[in-house]
Amino acid sequence: MTTAVPALSVEGLSVDFRTRSGIVRALDNVSFAVDKGETIALVGESGSGKSVTAYAVMGILDPAGKVTAGRAMLGGLDLLSAKPSQLADVRGREIAMIFQNPRTALNPIRIVGRQIADVLIRHGNVPRRDAPGQAIDMLRAVGITDPARRAKAYPFEMSGGMCQRVMIAIALAAKPSLLIADEPTTGLDVTTQAVIMDLVNDLAREMGMATIFITHDLALAGQRSARIVVMHAGHVVENAPTEELFKRPRHPYTAELIAATPDSAQNLDELVSIPGALPDLRRTDLPPCRYSERCPRKIDACAQPLSRSTSASGHMVACWNPLPERIANAPTESAA
Amino acid sequence: MTDIAATPRREGGLAALFRHSRYVLGENPVTGFAFALFVLIVLAAVLGPSIVPYNPLASDTAQALKPPSAHHWFGTDQLGRDVFSRVIVATRLDFFIAVASVALVFLMGGLAGVAAGFFGGWTDRIVGRIADTIMAFPLFVLAMGIVAALGNTVQNIVLATAIVNFPLYARIARAEANVRREAGFVEAARLSGNSDWRILAFQILPNVFPIMVVQMSLTMGYAILNAAGLSFIGLGVRPPTPEWGIMVAEGAAFMVSGEWWNAFFPGLALMVAVFCFNLLGDGLRDMVDPRRRT
Amino acid sequence: MLTMILKRAAMAIPSLIGVVIVTFLLTRALPGDPAAYFAGPAATPQAIQEVRVKLGLDKPLIEQFGRYVVDLGHGNLGNSLTTGQPVLTELRTRLPASAELTLLGLIVSIIIAVPLGILAATRPNSLIDHACRVVATLGVSLPVFFTGLILVYFFYYQFGWAPAPLGRLDVFFDAPPQVTGFYLIDSLIARQPETFVASLKQLILPALTLAIFSLAPIARMTRASMLAVLSSDFVRTARASGLAPFTVIVTYAFRNAMLPVITTLGMVFSFLLGANVLVEKVFAWPGIGSYAVEALLASDFAPVQGFVLTMAVMYVALNLMIDVLYGLIDPRVRLEA
Repeated sequence: MTTAVPALSVEGLSVDFRTRSGIVRALDNVSFAVDKGETIALVGESGSGKSVTAYAVMGILDPAGKVTAGRAMLGGLDLLSAKPSQLADVRGREIAMIFQNPRTALNPIRIVGRQIADVLIRHGNVPRRDAPGQAIDMLRAVGITDPARRAKAYPFEMSGGMCQRVMIAIALAAKPSLLIADEPTTGLDVTTQAVIMDLVNDLAREMGMATIFITHDLALAGQRSARIVVMHAGHVVENAPTEELFKRPRHPYTAELIAATPDSAQNLDELVSIPGALPDLRRTDLPPCRYSERCPRKIDACAQPLSRSTSASGHMVACWNPLPERIANAPTESAA
Repeated sequence: MTDIAATPRREGGLAALFRHSRYVLGENPVTGFAFALFVLIVLAAVLGPSIVPYNPLASDTAQALKPPSAHHWFGTDQLGRDVFSRVIVATRLDFFIAVASVALVFLMGGLAGVAAGFFGGWTDRIVGRIADTIMAFPLFVLAMGIVAALGNTVQNIVLATAIVNFPLYARIARAEANVRREAGFVEAARLSGNSDWRILAFQILPNVFPIMVVQMSLTMGYAILNAAGLSFIGLGVRPPTPEWGIMVAEGAAFMVSGEWWNAFFPGLALMVAVFCFNLLGDGLRDMVDPRRRT
Repeated sequence: MLTMILKRAAMAIPSLIGVVIVTFLLTRALPGDPAAYFAGPAATPQAIQEVRVKLGLDKPLIEQFGRYVVDLGHGNLGNSLTTGQPVLTELRTRLPASAELTLLGLIVSIIIAVPLGILAATRPNSLIDHACRVVATLGVSLPVFFTGLILVYFFYYQFGWAPAPLGRLDVFFDAPPQVTGFYLIDSLIARQPETFVASLKQLILPALTLAIFSLAPIARMTRASMLAVLSSDFVRTARASGLAPFTVIVTYAFRNAMLPVITTLGMVFSFLLGANVLVEKVFAWPGIGSYAVEALLASDFAPVQGFVLTMAVMYVALNLMIDVLYGLIDPRVRLEA
């Protein structure tokens, strides 16, 4: 991490959801930062809270969700305590988001060109006359062929991959400084996945844009990001540069995650599943470390509030009994 | 978006239903209120004629058109009859019309619908054609036509209401039967030698009932409004039978000249009854299928 | 687009055939003997029989039906027994009265119900949300004739703001020269502002009655539809893109939410056609509803036939228009077919 002001700094974010069966403590004291122009990945299994983090930062949480603590500093503005009008100005212009299921994420009865133009007019200081033309340019920039014709199409006339490109065009139209991509390739075939990810990476590099890439696929995260933040059950458990994370994972969960990730070189027998399941987040008696109940390295100290230690190389781990620092090829040996 | 936490464990049958009902009632006291009101209406229907202070048919022209007072809580009408007694006694007739219409349309529409969904083919097509023809008419207009053609009797009013609601019930029943056609218990019944009609009537139709219960409550309200509307234009119940709609019709002329109680109280009774059935329907919907809450 | 319209129109034809058959059967089942009526109270049985033959009522039902259909083809709806006039003419004179009333009621209803539904959806659990729900449930429970009477009682009898419920125009005024049959429009065309105001005054209460009646389903559907759309993925995208709240709610959410509302309008119109009959009775409105009721009570079957047929045809035509409107707004219907 550099000493420059990060593009986004999430500090101590906690989110609760009110449900019929109780309060779900979805996020607890989540902290991480993204530097300008950096691409990081937010990784974790389903239910780990990675999407909730993004939605909380963007201010589009479900009405049942409430931010109970924390800040999300974008430049000098705390997104979590900003007024709705400030948020509406900042969203799209400084921070943007793309979602899973691109087809349903687009307005079904509005041509895609107009949807891009809407953002251009709102945030891009583009006069109405010029917006359609610039929308076509954006379509070209995201790699859609025959953009002038496609601009007049409706989402249902396009493939999933094309819809995702359109969504990227909408998100990037006003050239934000930070893009959050929430599982943007789920539901797309493998070839299209790669193409879309390349597109996002290229555009980010061109625009000097920071990216937070949310995924459950650790391998994908490893290929595309400079730094990985590992989440489990609403906690950040580890945060390290990518290479370092894979070579020397320190949190037991990260190690299990790596062991469970299919890799084209491994054969199926060597895949290990992570024992246990996510704890029920409605419990009032949740232990301070939410992984402790399924952790093979649990010790007495784990009943205490979590400690966070950060090494000089910027490797953060939240664990009382982390894996030792110097072990080569750690993953397969620590599998339980 | 938030795939957190396991689903809550499910308890067995009745206990769960009771707890869920308590929860829904607690969350929505309005439904509890509707239940209480419903009980009141049933009581009025059953006990009404025995407990009213005056004979609803006894006219006393000397007392005609008296405003509400301690003697006559709702005043008297143009023939000196006590409006309160007439309103309470009318509950029985209107409630009967509601219940009978709903029972009839459930049987007619339900059987036709499950048959259409179960057998498919020509049965389906014929039931569909009948439903389409009925739906091509504005429903009240059709009810008017049926009652006018067949005669102003309570039975015909009930029949007309049932016919007019037939398409809706047939459609719901057909959809449910379609789903259950291949179900295990149907196969079992078939294997033990039950004829198709027995299966329809005793296996499938009873299963369709809970889903229809919501609609039936709403139809009860509609049936009362329908009967009242028909009576209002002279196509319903004949005087001097006390029925809310016809009482409003008789009192309408006096409303314009200031004797409001004649038409107001029966109209109010109409409103309260229909309101109760609608609230009940909404509450039942919450209990049966929380996904469909509006 | 055109093919879609033609296809829908073709699908409506079997319904219309069904309507014609049912109407014929119903009215032939009406009690009372038109031949006896026509022949007069002092007629002998033979005279009545002669009249019956003259009217063609002794022929088998199938033949009567055939004649009926042929007449229909020529636009002949028969003559009213009570007035002696051709039914078609009478319907044509009276239809604008009902249409003006119904349209005005529907417009007022939409103006109130749609914003109410939108506000209720965008401010859940607020005062206006609860108000919307109460309005919806109450509106559905109020008998339409009762509403009309209450309005008359308060606004005419108590406050004296509204005129007496005696029809389309006060006796002092003459109807404006007929162009459309809508007094509001015709009086403006003929430059008769006093007539315009007078007709408007007579229209207010009955139109309001119809509006209150149709308020509930429209408000309820708008609210439900908006709620569903507001939690959809594409509204989330619009919000995440920082679009102005007005754009999100109106251009993105409402346009999509409108679709089920438009389909509901068909159902609402069906109810309105029925409610029309009742409202016309309360306000002595000379429309086709009151025409039909008078005829029904006198067992005069030609007008009843004509009325039922007209209503059903109007309803079918309206549903067709709604389908077309839907297709205009939702490209998926247009292009996927």
